[in-house]
Amino acid sequence: MTIDWRPTAEIDTLRERARLIGEVRAFFAERGVWEVETPVLGHGGSTDLHLASLSCEATTPAGRERLWLQTSPEFHMKRLLAAGSGPIFQIARSFRDGEVGRRHNLEFTMLEWYRPGLDLDGLIEETGALIRRVLPTDPGPTHRRRYRELFRETLALDPFTESLEALRRLAAEKGGLDMAEAPRDDCLDLLMSLAIEPGLGRDGLDVVVDYPASQAALARRHRDAEDGEWVASRFEVYRDGLELANGYDELTDGDEQRARFAEDNAARRAFGLPEVDVDQRLLAALAAGMPEGSGVALGLDRLIQLALGKASVAEVMAFATPSA
Amino acid sequence: MANYSTNEFKGGLKVMLDGDPCAIVENEFVKPGKGQAFNRVKLRNLMTGRVWERTFKSGESLEGADVLELEMEYLYNDGEMWYFMLTDGSFEQYPVEKKALGDTEKWLKEQVAYTVTLWNDNVINVTPPNFIELEVTETDPGLKGDTAQGGSKPATLSSGAVVRVPLFINQGEVLKVDTRSGEYVSRA
Repeated sequence: MTIDWRPTAEIDTLRERARLIGEVRAFFAERGVWEVETPVLGHGGSTDLHLASLSCEATTPAGRERLWLQTSPEFHMKRLLAAGSGPIFQIARSFRDGEVGRRHNLEFTMLEWYRPGLDLDGLIEETGALIRRVLPTDPGPTHRRRYRELFRETLALDPFTESLEALRRLAAEKGGLDMAEAPRDDCLDLLMSLAIEPGLGRDGLDVVVDYPASQAALARRHRDAEDGEWVASRFEVYRDGLELANGYDELTDGDEQRARFAEDNAARRAFGLPEVDVDQRLLAALAAGMPEGSGVALGLDRLIQLALGKASVAEVMAFATPSA
Repeated sequence: MANYSTNEFKGGLKVMLDGDPCAIVENEFVKPGKGQAFNRVKLRNLMTGRVWERTFKSGESLEGADVLELEMEYLYNDGEMWYFMLTDGSFEQYPVEKKALGDTEKWLKEQVAYTVTLWNDNVINVTPPNFIELEVTETDPGLKGDTAQGGSKPATLSSGAVVRVPLFINQGEVLKVDTRSGEYVSRA
């Protein structure tokens, strides 16, 4: 048997990738956002119910310890913000167990940046500008799409008020699977993935806003001015049915953050998932005071995949996990 | 049988779904921004040949199906069952029902090797080789001088299949036929 040692991407593609990453660095240099490097391994991991963290054992000055591979560079970067860094960006290797497919790879490159003092609208604008800088042709106008409106338009239902029974029925019908026990957010996630996402970003960039408050992750929540529903202050950017970026009006309240970590771990226990060590240093940094502002994580491999017209992220990675 | 989790679903893997053995055709991992991950999976039902599209929560698993694909020679038909024999030297014979044989019935020729799919040791499918050589048992007389182009006519082959052949083909000739399209390829 011959062993396939060749890269998953063509060499010319990797050269193009290097050029595009150069563009990204120039974009931030022009805007006074400086590049940082933070550790891939930390003492705390992501408690997010839908992210599976990898961990390892290592010998450190403290002895034999369990360390977590980051699912994004968020925690360390927020500690820099709390220490007064000002606007920063990072091109960081991130790890998510089990995420393998055309749009996913176990380890991938996250472009993440933080803008103290900038609101979500300002960051949406900047994210669009970055994407336009990397894509070879202008993708067209940016459309803001409210989560609630997307569900109403596409599925004729209100994701906030529709009964759980009806959501389960529709999710089961669209996906051809048993959703009888599924929680509300799982039904919404499935409908979003199967019925809504594929149509997003077909005509310009679609920016989805006003997610249900239950899907806030590390974003603030606010009451919608129009309908009074609690929504998450976050956005996602789509192009050609592909989710490119996920931005937050960052939660800066350490107590609230502590409570959300605890909620996540409680949910993890309830679903039989392993608990994740909470990042105590992040909580301490938030308690000390992190400046208000917004931050966004962008899947750089996906953006490069789109820019170069490739069918999968593997085609723009030197060695996707199966051949690593 | 072992269980296979969604992340082990690869093209060709045989699993049980709704009581039928299926082969995975395609598996796509989908995950909204920060939500539950799913796998969109296309499976071919090996009993019916139909392709199903199903969604699974990532990490869910299906029982593996005890499916084997073996090469066997066609032997004979006793009026009720068709008999095939392993080509591995064991001379082991397997009876095949009409239902499992399906369309392959019209491509049967003794001593030709077929791909036979076994599920729990029962034959559920028989696939003919892509090309097979068969004798013309019945067709209109050939037209002299018309050896190249133009026109076709039906010809019945020794296996019972009827294919369109060029006008110059005569009864008794052996033809090479593509079993996938049912089309004449050439004189053998």
